[in-house]
Amino acid sequence: MPRAMNVVPSRGSRIILALLPFLLIALVYVIGSAERRAANPDDKLLPPVSEMVATTKRLAAEPDRRSGEYVLWADTAASLQRLALGLGISALVGLVLGLAIGLLPVAGASFGTLVAVLSMIPPMAVLPILFIVFGLGELSKVVLIIIGVTPMLVRDLSLEVGSMPREQLIKAQTLGGSTWQVAIRVALPQIMPRLIKCMRLMIGPAFLFLISAEAIAADVGLGYRIFLVRRYLSMDVILPYVAWITLLAYLFDLALVFIGRRAFPWAYEQEARR
Amino acid sequence: MSTLSFRNIWVEYGDQIVLERINLEIASGTFLSIVGPSGAGKSTFLRLILGQEKPSQGTVLLDGKPFPAEPGPDRGIVFQRYSVFPHLTVLGNVLLGYEFAERRLTARLLGEPRRKAVEQSLALIEAVGLGPHRDKYPSALSGGMQQRLAIAQALAKRPRVLLLDEPFGALDPGTRAQMHALIKPLWRDLKMTIVMVTHDIKEAFGLATRLIALDRVRRDPQAPERFGARITYDLDLTRDGAVPVLGFIRAEAEARS
Repeated sequence: MPRAMNVVPSRGSRIILALLPFLLIALVYVIGSAERRAANPDDKLLPPVSEMVATTKRLAAEPDRRSGEYVLWADTAASLQRLALGLGISALVGLVLGLAIGLLPVAGASFGTLVAVLSMIPPMAVLPILFIVFGLGELSKVVLIIIGVTPMLVRDLSLEVGSMPREQLIKAQTLGGSTWQVAIRVALPQIMPRLIKCMRLMIGPAFLFLISAEAIAADVGLGYRIFLVRRYLSMDVILPYVAWITLLAYLFDLALVFIGRRAFPWAYEQEARR
Repeated sequence: MSTLSFRNIWVEYGDQIVLERINLEIASGTFLSIVGPSGAGKSTFLRLILGQEKPSQGTVLLDGKPFPAEPGPDRGIVFQRYSVFPHLTVLGNVLLGYEFAERRLTARLLGEPRRKAVEQSLALIEAVGLGPHRDKYPSALSGGMQQRLAIAQALAKRPRVLLLDEPFGALDPGTRAQMHALIKPLWRDLKMTIVMVTHDIKEAFGLATRLIALDRVRRDPQAPERFGARITYDLDLTRDGAVPVLGFIRAEAEARS
């Protein structure tokens, strides 16, 4: 009998092992839901799967009677646009500031501490300020995501630049590179894989800020819908929405991994060798 | 021409004196080895030439003129490690030097100029024996191959002075011998001045035309940092037996020939 730490599952059994916990959770839910329905036919807490499917179909495939929109898709489009804008601008600002702070001692001395302090501000605490300054429209939601995500990106990317071997920067200078050239050809490409990793980690917080902002003030969006139907205890809407948000986040994560592997093969080659 | 002159150099960090009273004339085309115990300021000496460090006193001159106190393309370097860029292929690593020089803003070459630069780069890659590996990333190369690449990369700028900071220290003896066989003809053909720091005495004697040893001459047991290292040996290796360089007569003779 080998030690437990040496038992490695084969490819096929790996898939089964991965699916097993999901199936177990589904099973527990179905049993629980059936139990509650048997006791109370009007139970709203654990709606049966069939009811959730019907509701999802209605939200996704039938136009809303009042607005004429397909609610699920309208919500998804609105939320994704906010998320993409927020994360995209954060990534851009993070790259520029991270490079500047990591590469230029003067920028590091003047902004390094500022960013460290700013990153400690709880973003939710400034949400009222954002609503006051930017109004209740799209802008305040996007800005909340930016405020929540950017400081961490800047800190992490500037540290990544700082941890590049000094030898490389010297070598680049002996090859005639100017500060700008070294920044765009040596430092920037080398922190891109780190940016991908950071973005993967920040998908969760970004959704958190998005849904919080939508819950408080919005007229469309995934978070808005969940908090709207909460008043009617509509678990048949909330649960599919949560599953949908989770699936979206998971797909983003997969997409980022894929992009990282395709665009920066050298980084993954290096990792595989360690 | 690329004569390096050190005039009464002192390097101090606060109370700690690393190098003291270094006077040296390195004639153009010299292959100079620097040996000495750890902490004797060998790497500091190299960083002075590189411009990464400024002497506390004295001046370093290249062809009689002081040079800017930052690394530049006239002085190439190969470090023991981290000399190549992990995100570029072998070709990309060598190409970068050309791209820096020709495109100030984008640092990227396209079309015809790129083809020309690729041709020149490939010649260098071929010269260091990396031809079949041109599209590999450094992580897929062995230590010796990475050092070859670092050399090719430095040569792309045709530096007047090539600095080698324990370049073969991390290689196995067989690979090291191959590297020795590579660097000597390159030095002869390109007529560069090479300054090499090494721990390997045999390598120092085998490759160089001149050898200097750095060490602390005076010691204060109460304050070991009180006195810096000086040149304790200065040997001419071009004759049958190693002969001390007396004054700088020999260096001048070398420069004339």
